[in-house]
Amino acid sequence: MTDETHASFPLRLEGANVPMVSFRKVTKRYGSLVVLDSLDLDVAEGEMVTIIGPSGSGKTTVLRTLMTLDSINDGVIYVDGEPLTHMSDGTKLVPANQRHLRKMRSKIGMCFQHFHLFPHMTALENCMEGPVNVLGLSKKEARERSEELLRMVGMADKRDQHPSRLSGGQQQRVAIARALAMRPKVMLFDEVTSALDPEVIGEVTGVIKKLVSEHNLTMLMVTHQMGFARQISDRVSFFYKGRIEEQGTPDELFGDPKKERTQQFLSAVREAV
Amino acid sequence: MLNWDWDFTWTILPRLLSATVNTILAAGLGYAIAVVLGLVLALLQRTRSPIFTASVREIIEFVRSTPLVLQVFFVFYVAPQFGITLSPWVAGMLSIGVHYAAYLSEVYRGGIDSVPKGQWEAATSLNLSTTRTYFRIVIPQALPPSLAGMGNYLVGIFKDTPILSVIGVAELMHAANSIGAETYRFLEPYTLVGIIFLAISLPTAALIRAFEGWMRRKLGLT
Repeated sequence: MTDETHASFPLRLEGANVPMVSFRKVTKRYGSLVVLDSLDLDVAEGEMVTIIGPSGSGKTTVLRTLMTLDSINDGVIYVDGEPLTHMSDGTKLVPANQRHLRKMRSKIGMCFQHFHLFPHMTALENCMEGPVNVLGLSKKEARERSEELLRMVGMADKRDQHPSRLSGGQQQRVAIARALAMRPKVMLFDEVTSALDPEVIGEVTGVIKKLVSEHNLTMLMVTHQMGFARQISDRVSFFYKGRIEEQGTPDELFGDPKKERTQQFLSAVREAV
Repeated sequence: MLNWDWDFTWTILPRLLSATVNTILAAGLGYAIAVVLGLVLALLQRTRSPIFTASVREIIEFVRSTPLVLQVFFVFYVAPQFGITLSPWVAGMLSIGVHYAAYLSEVYRGGIDSVPKGQWEAATSLNLSTTRTYFRIVIPQALPPSLAGMGNYLVGIFKDTPILSVIGVAELMHAANSIGAETYRFLEPYTLVGIIFLAISLPTAALIRAFEGWMRRKLGLT
């Protein structure tokens, strides 16, 4: 990216109603494959946005770039008004260094399709790891915070178990508690029910519903559970080829999709169920 | 005809056993160097600088591709010409430690590579620093799959200690050679050396396997 294109992006977002998350003309390429194509996406504070779309449409990449697991090739991502992928050198935006990424990352938490709990730690230790080693909490404080969160996700009685002794649904609930223990402003859920047996999906979606109703978290979720998305989202974005093809309230998007591709996708998904 | 002298055997046994202590000490110290230095070499291969990483790889390849006995001779006989004079023990420990560090770094590398990418990503999502990610998340998981290889090299380093006799480290082989030179009897000392090596190697290998299982259970990996 050249300095001229940087210059067109503000050093920070200011004023009323600054979105918690803002993708500005973000492009992500893997080789010649364009995964995000000049994407613009704003998520307001406290909003729950669900991203749906066919595989390869860039859904997961939105979450991965936001978590800084993948870098972007063009554009800027802002979180809480500040640039995430870039930083200001005083007059213009330059690519973020590790230090800036670490500072910004603390605002974001993520849950993965395959949980990625640390297998050599118990459920409680998994939750305490970040608070102790990143936030610098005392063991006692971290333990209290983690135990409270494990209670919230209904895993208090399994806190001393290692992940290998837990079911998929239980592991995912611990993973949610682990992410929340860092007190992020934005939570990302990447197909968190896709690797689960059907009968345990409810225990994970139940926890997410609880988060939506009881906490003022900003959330982005990628899911194939259309019923769940319709129930809990403030907004649903249908992605196609790295762009938002159509978005709206769940009732608008699921009840009355305007674009042909959205209609095709939704009818294909319904047939599959 | 085998001409085994039991009286002679009993006479030389104490001398050989006390040399065994030196052998164990040499293997243990050399291994301690190798375990730590090997990890350092493995981690140095994962820095962001490709030139640095490539240089470390070349050094490891060089050490692995030349004979240990040559490295021992070099450190002991050639290094003094560059002003580095080391006692046989120090020269021996250093060469054997560095030699095995090169091998162990490959074992660690395999172990680190076996840790799933998702673990790194989870660590990033929790904002753990790179150092913490290595020492709290990656290395504890890389260790159990490395233990079998590490154990093999512990036995290997132990069996290679006789090489140190060439620079005069008073280990087991050195003692057996001296006894042979003094008495012109070689059957008993060399046979005893073989038996002592066997008597230590076999239980060590079994202990390592038991330790590997214990460690997996301890880390909750099984």
